[in-house]
Amino acid sequence: MAAATGPARWHRNLSAKIAAIPMIMTALVVFIGGTAWTVLYSFTSSKLLPKEKFVGFAQYERLWSSSKWLISIENLAIYGAFSLIFSLLIGFVLAALLDQKIRFEDTFRTLLLYPFALSFIVTGLAWQWILNPDFGIQQVVRNLGWENFSFDPLYNPDIVIYGILIAGLWQGTGLIMCLMLAGLRGIDEDIWKAAKIDGIPMWKTYIFIIIPMMRGIFITAIVLIASGIIKVYDLVVAQTGGGPGIASEVPAKYVYDAMFLSQNLGQGFAASTMMLLTVIVIVVPWAYLEFGGKRRG
Amino acid sequence: MGNVTRASADVQVSPVSQEMTGPRGPKPRTVLSRRNIMIYGTLIMVSLYYMLPLYVMIVTSLKGMPEIRLGNIFSPPVEITFQPWVKAWAEACTGLNCDGLSRGFFNSVRILIPSVLLSIAIASVNGYALANWRFKGSETFFTILIVGAFIPYQVMIYPIVIMLREVGLYGSLTGLVIVHTIFGMPILTLLFRNYFASVPQELFKAARVDGAGFWGIYFRIMVPMSLPIFVVAMILQVTGIWNDFLFGVIYTKPDLYPMTVQLNNIVNSTQGVKEYNVNMAATILTGLVPLTIYFISGKLFVRGIAAGAVKG
Repeated sequence: MAAATGPARWHRNLSAKIAAIPMIMTALVVFIGGTAWTVLYSFTSSKLLPKEKFVGFAQYERLWSSSKWLISIENLAIYGAFSLIFSLLIGFVLAALLDQKIRFEDTFRTLLLYPFALSFIVTGLAWQWILNPDFGIQQVVRNLGWENFSFDPLYNPDIVIYGILIAGLWQGTGLIMCLMLAGLRGIDEDIWKAAKIDGIPMWKTYIFIIIPMMRGIFITAIVLIASGIIKVYDLVVAQTGGGPGIASEVPAKYVYDAMFLSQNLGQGFAASTMMLLTVIVIVVPWAYLEFGGKRRG
Repeated sequence: MGNVTRASADVQVSPVSQEMTGPRGPKPRTVLSRRNIMIYGTLIMVSLYYMLPLYVMIVTSLKGMPEIRLGNIFSPPVEITFQPWVKAWAEACTGLNCDGLSRGFFNSVRILIPSVLLSIAIASVNGYALANWRFKGSETFFTILIVGAFIPYQVMIYPIVIMLREVGLYGSLTGLVIVHTIFGMPILTLLFRNYFASVPQELFKAARVDGAGFWGIYFRIMVPMSLPIFVVAMILQVTGIWNDFLFGVIYTKPDLYPMTVQLNNIVNSTQGVKEYNVNMAATILTGLVPLTIYFISGKLFVRGIAAGAVKG
């Protein structure tokens, strides 16, 4: 805005350019360079150390025939779909409840948001303990008389990902609630009055008027939740370690294990490139919708 | 507008109250209306559910192991003991080291302080240059930075391992500080750029006329005027860096592991008898720093995550 006038000589704004060196280096070397490097080396047969022996799509073929990777993808899809739906639903309902001009709003908000301040490791370990079949919820209910009650998601390969989902939702819905609440607060009071005068019931006002008006907030929330889903790693490590067996593996853990535990760099690069591809598939249409038509400076 | 609707509501109510022999005047808003019971009831139930894990962690950490084996996880401790806390802090074992979580705590502090200072210093200067001293290409670099925030870390971790190894910083705290600075840069730069862009341009121009340069304006005008955003950035970074696990486990060595990594190693260790009370005490200890920040900072925390999230 300010300093863009005058002759553009190289030493113009020299201090600013020098000060921006860390940013330029991060952008060019780490973000672009690092990404390009990983994608390039995903086509090599690198094992313990990266080496330039190109093998085409061999790593990808191996990746997609590995049962661990297929389970990771399936888990990510289940976790992702449910996490997206429930985060939005719970977040919105809680925000709508908090928006009813209630007392103790700050107290409720503080209590609902505090899990977000905790790390995924703490979250995972806390829920690992609560879902422990010998001492946790299952045992408590059995002690109450229902001897055959069974609720052990972390030890049952079929439902383990839902055990992780419970913990993930507990940690993350508070943030979505806060976003939604900010969105609801941005809506003009007159809209509510007009709807009331027309006799439209409250739930209809929310679904047909308020939610369409909060499109921007919803998109932000979805992008936020989606990028969190793809990153999910620490939660699984803490809560199940990928088990029982390989039932709760996720892509981010597959990458880490391949690179740092099983000395299989090529697989790690290929898997992380697939993760990048997933993000591109999600982010590009969004960026196109958001910034495509108009240029925002 | 509010008065008008209130008045019309009164008109509707008054014929009813006149028919009755009871008290006159507008219908008082009862505290226990059906609507209120539903709203507060739901909110209280949900809040209790959200509090549950914290409650269970606290009561478990105050019980002895025999009581845990017999009782249920929700019951308060019969006999309160602080032994698990002492053990978690000073005696719990990871591998061969048996000096407890205190080691991880001090590692985390040694990682946290330089990472927070360096990342905020660099990002605020970036934001300042982008808002007030645009140069050719500056917007392009900024766009790359923001797009980079969406790239999964997994794509960039190995190239960074190589770079750090080349300069001899792989496995050191300095290396981890650099990594935190790099990955904190997109969101913080965005935060500062947006904030500095809202500072009145006249101030900036007046300082230019008076002969102040890039650094002079930054230190004497921008920083003093922008203390709130520095606090927001600090809250964001302290909780983010303290809670980090992935970078800690990749870029440091076992005796330099931050608290989260050490906590996971203690609790999920396959050796020895599981001491659930010690595990829970250790878990709370690790969560204590971000929780304290959260409860002290209150609305600023919300503002921090909102600024981080909404403006992206």
